[in-house]
Amino acid sequence: MDKFISLKGVAAPLPIVNIDTDMIIPKQFLKTIKRTGLGISLFYEMRYDHQGQEIKDFILNTSPFNQSKILVAGDNFGCGSSREHAPWSLKDFGITCIISTSFADIFYNNCFQNGILPIVVSPENSKKLMSLAVDQKEFEIDLPSQSISVSGEKIGFEIEEYRKQRLLEGLDDISITMNYEKNITDYESQQKKNKPWIFKDIK
Amino acid sequence: MSTGSPKTLFDKIWTDHLVKQRDDGTSLLYIDKHLVHEVTSPQAFEGLKISNRPVRRPSATVAVADHNVPTINRENIKDEQSRIQVQTLANNTKEHGIEYFELTDKRQGIVHIIGPEQGITQPGMTIVCGDSHTSTHGAFGALAFGIGTSEVEHVLATQTIVQKPAKNMRISVNGALPFGVTSKDLILYIIGQIGTAGGNGHVIEYAGSSVQSLSMEARMTICNMSIEAGARAGLISPDQTTFDYLKGRPYAPAEEYWAKALDYWSTLPSDTDAHYDKEIIINSLEIDPMVTWGTSPEDVVSVQGLVPDPSSAKTENKKKSMERSLEYMGLTSGTKITDIKLDKIFIGSCTNGRIEDLRNVAAIVKDKKIADHVEGMIVPGSGLVKKQAEEEGLDIILKDAGFDWREAGCSMCLGMNPDQLKPEERCASTSNRNFEGRQGRGGRTHLMSPELAAASAIKGSIADIREFE
Repeated sequence: MDKFISLKGVAAPLPIVNIDTDMIIPKQFLKTIKRTGLGISLFYEMRYDHQGQEIKDFILNTSPFNQSKILVAGDNFGCGSSREHAPWSLKDFGITCIISTSFADIFYNNCFQNGILPIVVSPENSKKLMSLAVDQKEFEIDLPSQSISVSGEKIGFEIEEYRKQRLLEGLDDISITMNYEKNITDYESQQKKNKPWIFKDIK
Repeated sequence: MSTGSPKTLFDKIWTDHLVKQRDDGTSLLYIDKHLVHEVTSPQAFEGLKISNRPVRRPSATVAVADHNVPTINRENIKDEQSRIQVQTLANNTKEHGIEYFELTDKRQGIVHIIGPEQGITQPGMTIVCGDSHTSTHGAFGALAFGIGTSEVEHVLATQTIVQKPAKNMRISVNGALPFGVTSKDLILYIIGQIGTAGGNGHVIEYAGSSVQSLSMEARMTICNMSIEAGARAGLISPDQTTFDYLKGRPYAPAEEYWAKALDYWSTLPSDTDAHYDKEIIINSLEIDPMVTWGTSPEDVVSVQGLVPDPSSAKTENKKKSMERSLEYMGLTSGTKITDIKLDKIFIGSCTNGRIEDLRNVAAIVKDKKIADHVEGMIVPGSGLVKKQAEEEGLDIILKDAGFDWREAGCSMCLGMNPDQLKPEERCASTSNRNFEGRQGRGGRTHLMSPELAAASAIKGSIADIREFE
């Protein structure tokens, strides 16, 4: 997995609440069997008209925001479907940091599986950052110090230590879990005694 | 959560599946059952291949294609990408020795319908699936939640998942449900009360006499939409209704294990005095038949209500989002909900595609015709639901009323297959999401119960079942 350490650039403001994963990447793009190539379809219905032409005033179609690596969004970002195509499409577009007052659980978790940093800020800070984003100020995100710096102001954020470490080192969960193989096998043998109807195949 | 202190149903299942509490604060949780479908699994199997990892315990996984499959003429899937995706699932499951219910199998259907129907879903289990509506299985007192594709790969490779404990929330609904009010109205009402982020970070346990009196089908409708309230999962205590439902189903514990299983299941209900981080109590008499007016499942109103006015919103953001929703939905504030004219009716989905739903719809439309300008589609949740309905003659009643009678699948709930709304078409839908574009670009969805959708089909506009003769 790609590491996330720090990031600098303008942030695209998207002040809509409850942006769901259907809006981030509509259903017709879920038929792929690949993880890549979804960036062009990110926010498809807000970004393109019925003829497939770019909608000029949509924020990610305007310069300099079409190059943004950071998104500042309204409350409860990423609600709805569990589709990991949502973070895949954000990442493929180039967005690796999302700032909101809250995220839906599954989406939040999916971000960390893909080297994307979701940052939770207070409603006051969200409002402030939204207007600094509109003004095209340069944001500087620093994960080691857990801070957002913009226009001389520094805003801290919380992140669970294990998630931080995994992003900083680009670690893959499966290889970490593989180290616990013996615990898993022991658990299965023990549970076979308690719940034999679930563990019939375990010796 | 120390031993001896009173535990919730969630605490008990969690403790019982803890493989390892790790130093970094995370827990490795064992997964008893993994359900897999065609849309969120190909990249997970590809990941295993790249890392040269096997599926750790193939017998703990069951697979079915449901999201992408056509509901008519399905012998040969025309859409090339859909066909490839379904074929990829067939190939992957064959390669790894995973049980797969083929499209031609009578048991094929929506993954969250067939798990319970086959007795795969059982109390006290941990169940995951790369689909947010996995919360459905919580109706059996199983800890069930949706996961992303990377986690699907993790479960295939290790039979575990990395988690942090969720917080406990209890929503108690007391009293008999009033006439015309169903479990769908109950969950829509709850989402309207707590909002789509109200359950974030929590597992919601539904309790109280209203919930206890419900059938398994009705309980599944409630747990199904827990995700629409932002919760990680929904749970209902297993009881005699649960055990009676399970007994004798193909994958339920066999006779030799039944007594032992029953003993274990009976230990699961939350202890008296167990601690909940959040508690909500609802009187069933507060609840009316509910309908959504906007583009978020929290945008609910009584069927006797009016399309709301954005100026009533508490915050500027909420006001803007209401204005955006009204524009998308083509609605004007102050319009009576029962004056909203419909173009399509969709009955089905993992929320309301079970046999009880079809029986209730048939009872309402029997010897009647759906309005001339309305197109109605009924998609049974599984091949077995369809078969059962046909054995009971429900298909004849529904077809005589003018409904289209389809093969099983997710269908127009998410419109990945050809069943979609056209721009500005307005649909009464028994599904779970009214997001912009969900049922087709520009399509306008009103979520409601099957009973309300059936009455609305006859009337041609949104109907109050209580005023329907």
